[in-house]
Amino acid sequence: MGAPIPRFLPCGDTAVTVEFGTEIDDGLNALCLVFDAALAEAAIPGVIETLPTYRSVLVQVDPLVIDMPAFETRVHEILAGLATDGRPPRRWIIPVVYGGEFGIDLEDVARSHGLTTEEIIRRHSSRTYRVAMLGFLPGFCYLSGADPSIALPRRTSPRLKTPAGTVSIGGVQALFASVEAPSGWHLLGRTPVRNFMPDRDPVFLVGAGDEVVFRPIPAADWDALDAAAAAGEPVAELVAA
Amino acid sequence: MIRLLVKDCGAGTTVQDGGRFGYQRYGVGPAGAMDRIALAVANMLVGNEPGEAAVEFTVLGGNFVVEGGPVRVALAGAFADLKIDGEAVPPLTSATALDGQSVTVGAAKAGTFMVLAVSGGVAVKRDLGSRSFHLRGGLGGLDRTPVRPGQVLPVGGTPQGPDLVATVAPQVSAGAFRVVLGPQDDYFTPAGIATFLGETYRVSAEADRMGYRLSGPAIEHAKGFNIVSDGIVTGSVQVPGSGEPIVLLADRQTTGGYPKIATIVSADLPRFVQQRPGGEMRFTAVTLAEAIAAARDQAAMLAAVRAGLKPAGLGLDTEHLLSVNLVDGWVDAHAPPAEPPLHSAA
Repeated sequence: MGAPIPRFLPCGDTAVTVEFGTEIDDGLNALCLVFDAALAEAAIPGVIETLPTYRSVLVQVDPLVIDMPAFETRVHEILAGLATDGRPPRRWIIPVVYGGEFGIDLEDVARSHGLTTEEIIRRHSSRTYRVAMLGFLPGFCYLSGADPSIALPRRTSPRLKTPAGTVSIGGVQALFASVEAPSGWHLLGRTPVRNFMPDRDPVFLVGAGDEVVFRPIPAADWDALDAAAAAGEPVAELVAA
Repeated sequence: MIRLLVKDCGAGTTVQDGGRFGYQRYGVGPAGAMDRIALAVANMLVGNEPGEAAVEFTVLGGNFVVEGGPVRVALAGAFADLKIDGEAVPPLTSATALDGQSVTVGAAKAGTFMVLAVSGGVAVKRDLGSRSFHLRGGLGGLDRTPVRPGQVLPVGGTPQGPDLVATVAPQVSAGAFRVVLGPQDDYFTPAGIATFLGETYRVSAEADRMGYRLSGPAIEHAKGFNIVSDGIVTGSVQVPGSGEPIVLLADRQTTGGYPKIATIVSADLPRFVQQRPGGEMRFTAVTLAEAIAAARDQAAMLAAVRAGLKPAGLGLDTEHLLSVNLVDGWVDAHAPPAEPPLHSAA
């Protein structure tokens, strides 16, 4: 990996965004994750926590402790010595009930593309997605790798409430939600998987850099899987570690 | 076990501490007390560390009954009355409520958020390292709920040493809110930035712990209003398509796709959160170095308040303290001496 030159964008006195680019790009995202890990290893005084995104890493700092010029120098050193991440990604299989009350926009999405709902499900569930980042609310996964042939712009008026476990698309992004939230995306289905459960170990299942595959399941399976998930079972299947 | 039985409280009453850090990478925002200075001062007065968990009130107060032993209490933040069994506790003073006595926090007469600290802190279970209640994440507080009548809040400890009074009043900045431009100021035209820094904005009715939507002249974008989502900090000023800014606060989301024109400096956030709907404000740009200097000044101010703590009721003249305007809670650091100091929310 080369030594990309990031932009240091101030976020007031308590954070700085180390920005590597402005687009959604898996290479860029992978760089952010590797850099984020290296930053954690560097244990720079005054760094409180970091948040890797599609294209940048937000570094939250204590303004009374951090030395910003020294921090920037250190970032350049880290980038110069950055190695490609050799760790293979973890892959999760996430069961999804598509359509009906579980995915109220599935038929509209199919109509918009002149496809059957079965074909939308096939195209959505035949991809391997990459978890680019978690954000917005606890456990929300932003996925890249969606099929552009089923992409749709966000809804003009967002819904104020979408259920936990919502699996949706917006633009060429895919989303896998874990808690109830407002959303302007198109709801294709719902998974019983709780990516975030504060009383479970681990609290979070799927993390940034992991891969996700959606597996269609019949609505008849919902109750049993949902009960298992509520009891703390992962329900998501880890196929590579 | 010492505890506070909640007899009555406003809907916006929650347990908050210094915040939940380390989980923004999983989408968990920091929460924590809206007014960090209020939290720190109230805690100092009862002998706690500055970030200990306390009860935060939004405009409306509450009424509690002490059970199981004495509790030292102190109130800070928005200007409101604190009473023990109906007897007023002077501002910037802690007092001890005995078993069976009532602790009453009145409604805010100015400002928005009050913080009631108790000896040893509010000892609810920690969620991901913090006791702060976060509605959207379903974390913190007692049973992951806001504070409600009928609940029993565990209190961390008995009062140690004497009740205290702050002989040095906490000060807050005055005037325009200072911001550092960025991280996406390049998404706005020079005219848009001039609007943001030159015009007056008002807090809209859409104001809560997540953020304050401001109303005022629309800020002109230079290249659309969508960015690929990236990280947000407390105090971020994002500008959606309407052109009216939204200031993101303690219960904010961790990432977002609207460009952020600027960030309010940390030293001015405690005063910012005390604004009420309708409150007018202006913004002024400062350098990062100036923002850090302001944070340093604020830390020194808090250290001075701590150094000035004295045992209460030992010959210290409450009337004298009131005469130097501690009655308004905060003292305005930049107010002209001839005028009465403004409250932080003014």
